[in-house]
Amino acid sequence: MENLIGLLVAAPLLGAAVLLCGGRRLDRSGPWVGTLLAAVSFGLGVVLFADMLGRSGEDRTLTTTVFSWVPVGGFRADVGFQLDQLSMTFVLLITGVGTLIHLYSVGYMEHDERRRRFFGYLNLFLAAMLLLVVADNYLLLYVGWEGVGLASYLLIGFWQHKPSAATAAKKAFLVNRVGDMGLSVAIMLMFTTFGTFAFGPVLDGAEAAGEGKLTAIGLMLLLAACGKSAQVPLQSWLGDAMEGPTPVSALIHAATMVTAGVYLITRSGAVFDAAPTAQAAVVTVGAVTLLFGAIVGCAKDDIKKALAGSTMSQIGYMILAAGLGPVGYVFAIMHLVTHGFFKAGLFLGAGSVMHGMNDEVDMRRYGGLRKYMPVTFVTFGLGYLAIIGFPGLSGFFSKDKIIEAAFAKGGTEGWILGGAALLGAGITAFYMTRVMIMTFFGEPRWQPTASDSGSAAGSGAPHPHESPKTMTVPMVILAFGSVFAGGLFSINDTFLKWLEPVTGHAHGNPPVSALTVTAATMVVLVLGVALAWARYGRRPVPVTAPRGSGLTRAARRDLFQDDFNHVVLVRGGEHLTRSLVYVDHTLVDGVVNGTAASVGGLSGRMRRLQNGYARSYAVSMFGGAALLIAATLLMRAV
Amino acid sequence: MSFPLLTATAVVPAVGAVATAAVPAARRAAAKWLALGFSLATLVLAAVQLVRFDPDAAGPFQLTESHAWIKDFGVRYELGVDGIAVVLIALTALLIPFVMLAGWHDADPLEGSSPNRRWRPTQGFFALILMVEAMVVISFEATDVFLFYLFFEAMLIPMYFLIGGFGDRAGERSEEETAAQRSYAAVKFLLYNLAGGLIMMAAVIGLYAVTADQLGTGTFSLQEIVQARVDGRLELPPVTERALFLGFFFAFAVKAPLWPLHTWLPNAMGEATAPVAVLITAVVDKVGTFAMLRFCLQLFPGASKWATPVIVALALVSIVYGALLAVGQRDIKRLVAYASISHFGFIVLGIFAMTTQGQGGATLYMVNHGISTAALMLVAGFLISRRGSRLIADYGGVQKVAPVLAGTFLVGGLATLSLPGLAPFVSEFLVLVGTFSRYPAAGIIATVGIVLAALYVLVLYQRTMTGPVTEGVRGMPDLRVRELVVVAPLIALLLFLGVYPKPLTEIIDPAVGHTMSQVEKSDPKPDVPVNEAEAAK
Repeated sequence: MENLIGLLVAAPLLGAAVLLCGGRRLDRSGPWVGTLLAAVSFGLGVVLFADMLGRSGEDRTLTTTVFSWVPVGGFRADVGFQLDQLSMTFVLLITGVGTLIHLYSVGYMEHDERRRRFFGYLNLFLAAMLLLVVADNYLLLYVGWEGVGLASYLLIGFWQHKPSAATAAKKAFLVNRVGDMGLSVAIMLMFTTFGTFAFGPVLDGAEAAGEGKLTAIGLMLLLAACGKSAQVPLQSWLGDAMEGPTPVSALIHAATMVTAGVYLITRSGAVFDAAPTAQAAVVTVGAVTLLFGAIVGCAKDDIKKALAGSTMSQIGYMILAAGLGPVGYVFAIMHLVTHGFFKAGLFLGAGSVMHGMNDEVDMRRYGGLRKYMPVTFVTFGLGYLAIIGFPGLSGFFSKDKIIEAAFAKGGTEGWILGGAALLGAGITAFYMTRVMIMTFFGEPRWQPTASDSGSAAGSGAPHPHESPKTMTVPMVILAFGSVFAGGLFSINDTFLKWLEPVTGHAHGNPPVSALTVTAATMVVLVLGVALAWARYGRRPVPVTAPRGSGLTRAARRDLFQDDFNHVVLVRGGEHLTRSLVYVDHTLVDGVVNGTAASVGGLSGRMRRLQNGYARSYAVSMFGGAALLIAATLLMRAV
Repeated sequence: MSFPLLTATAVVPAVGAVATAAVPAARRAAAKWLALGFSLATLVLAAVQLVRFDPDAAGPFQLTESHAWIKDFGVRYELGVDGIAVVLIALTALLIPFVMLAGWHDADPLEGSSPNRRWRPTQGFFALILMVEAMVVISFEATDVFLFYLFFEAMLIPMYFLIGGFGDRAGERSEEETAAQRSYAAVKFLLYNLAGGLIMMAAVIGLYAVTADQLGTGTFSLQEIVQARVDGRLELPPVTERALFLGFFFAFAVKAPLWPLHTWLPNAMGEATAPVAVLITAVVDKVGTFAMLRFCLQLFPGASKWATPVIVALALVSIVYGALLAVGQRDIKRLVAYASISHFGFIVLGIFAMTTQGQGGATLYMVNHGISTAALMLVAGFLISRRGSRLIADYGGVQKVAPVLAGTFLVGGLATLSLPGLAPFVSEFLVLVGTFSRYPAAGIIATVGIVLAALYVLVLYQRTMTGPVTEGVRGMPDLRVRELVVVAPLIALLLFLGVYPKPLTEIIDPAVGHTMSQVEKSDPKPDVPVNEAEAAK
């Protein structure tokens, strides 16, 4: 059985290698090769799952060491796998949703001449994501972690001829790299603290390290999670990432990759449980992001960007839950799985709408589509009901538990977190209703597109139509998940009992009864829906966006965080590098040449290399010496 | 007497250089094949060295050869390799055939011109490359300080001619202008390195004087000096030791190159052809960092420890400064040059972190940087040869017309930014961890380098390869078979060593242990002793 874990990763990796190196011969069969290998991986996942169910809760973990990767002195990194219930949950989600989205892409990417490469990248993503969740140590996890980042980079920028796509891809990779720095430092801290970074010894022995070290490790892991999961303050890349083809948004930027941060924190639970300061930081990030994402989602007219705001917000819920410790881990993962179903379904629905609308993304130019795309309408509608937490559907069960757990934190903190989660639920109902109404209800507001995509169908008024079977079948399956998963998980606490041996679980005691929390959630839900209906359902939606209130305008601009990044980081960085280039050319070069000329007696030829200003040499020599002394003092002090 | 394998590895390319130079002017094609043949023969000998080398054998050096040479001054012809040297020799021998293949047409007579019977730069180009190879190999092998010094300096001569004599086809610039800039770059290269060499020469003489004074007879033998120091027969006064150390280190820091002695590199790499740029940064410069490990640390352990804070600071400046400068470049080759400065910062940092991970990582870094820079720079060279411009702004949308070229360029770039799964990640992470465990703040500052690396690589890729196809790029042919033969093995190697670096770390590890024991340093212990036993399992 252990050997199957390796195959799980190897199957899509093989697909990626074959598709990327295979050449034009595979152009026609490529999509099906990629889909088949994703399905093989899912099949292996199911076999492993069945095997796991055959054993009792406590010894369901499979471990295997494949080979010694980097052995240098006391530093030992192995390629080894660990498959427990937590990993298994992810494996099924990744390969299951992954296979469906491969299938969907067969139809969606039918007319793209580079689709072979698209499927190669998708397979590469699956392999990296699976590696991330089955690795048995942090360094190997890091390989998967950056591997998914690479796949994300390649897929966001898949339509590279569009400068906006290329820029978005670069931005995503860079922001993620900032997070990766955190993971990198966390691993180094683990090494200096424990002498290893394998899950077993680090997590089992965490408490012996003392709170200070664990807080540092926890905060660094949180930084990593913020990057990958688009949490404040590293959230800015996710909206732009919608430049990628829609199946990519569904798989990578909604269902799986962006939830890797939740996996990381849940996996490292032992570290966080012993570091309350780090936990406080985690819940703060979660609560802030869940409101941030929701507010941004309210103002976007681009259907994918509205959904991206929603993704950010929903992952905020998961991060919040994970930060609550054993009270929340199970619910974080449960919401992660149900969200995987309904958000992937919503994105595929959005893709289906775009497919029928000449790639239009502006919801102000949709309207009344329910008659033309019945299957899309129904599946999207079920996803909508699930995400707002309509009673009985998936999102209801998982989100309700998180709100309850947040209140159970206790004290003022509990009220703040619970209040934020409750408010978030209301805003979620508002923006999702807005999306639903603007897309499927009301009068058609279709506009002839001046699309430059070049396809023959790209001009003139759109003729909305239902999408082909390869696209609708995955949507239907995901809709089933959106409806039933939460309920199935909650019967007899099935999901809780499944995960508890790995993550542990503690029952929280909210200051108000669970029923009150549910009732309050229902009230804000109804308020959110009603407000959206009043604003977008009762009166016609203008085709060009009105100016809007100050908050609306701020939310449209992602609450100015991108402008901040642009001014401070991009502009500032440009000035810094430009002045450094100047300094290097005139000062550093000049000083060294000048010194050499005067000291070495090579003046004859050297003189040609200098600019001849003795004073600038003197000043720069002094500056260089001062810099050097300062740097030395700094090193001494450390 | 057994077969002198080390001598042979250096002599074969030297003979090849002479033979190539002697090929008649009209038989240019034959000269190329002859040179390639000799470089492949050297590769075979280097491979034999790797096979014959026993990582677990006792004693610092293997495959040793020792003969008296200049008896009056105690100069000996002493060769020997440790795990660090043998790996770097293999890297050198491996890269040279690729350098030659990539530069196959770099020294051809210009199209349309009919060279006269005496025109033979083609022979010269390939002979000079072989000459550099011979000298680099013997520098890695020499265990006599004087012998090392001799070839360390001598390799400047063929390099000078390679930089000054061969450049990119002029493109839009005039032939005179490029020639003038080339000559400027070559002179700058020569003067910088000569200045370093002169100071080192004083230190070499000083070392001889001290040994003559304390041991009775002067010697240049590394092993003898180290042994005398261990036995207590040789005790350098701290001031003397520090002065000698600085003399050596200065020369190596110019070669490496370390901030602020780096400014010759962007000029040299920018003006030289891409294969020669690879020769500079991937092969010749490695002698500098290698010599820090072999000579600075082993001859002057006390002074090395004394100078560590300053050198670590300089290495950090190199990492961040080099990367920031790379971001600001408008010229593709200069960008790669500044990226290399950043990478050399990592190598020096790893060496002077004085931990097993740091030094092992630094050695591995030398190998991986050689391969990754070769991949990136050679593809950049292929790109430049198609358009006749080094300016980033002259490109755009290459991905659309030449997808294979763009793909290999991206892989080279991803290796340069140390993507996990590719070889440089392993070495970079080892350097970071090794540094962090001794100097946490330095480790964290160096980690900033990974973000900056992503920035300069991805900006370069975005501006050249993505976006709409620009005018000069339209109709650009994709990689040719010869070019694929160069790039594909390098990429395969990057992947292989990223997944399975153990064959190299096994060879490097004992040598690093030896160096560490010379400077009397041991790795910091983890804070939580409970886990030690478990971690050791």
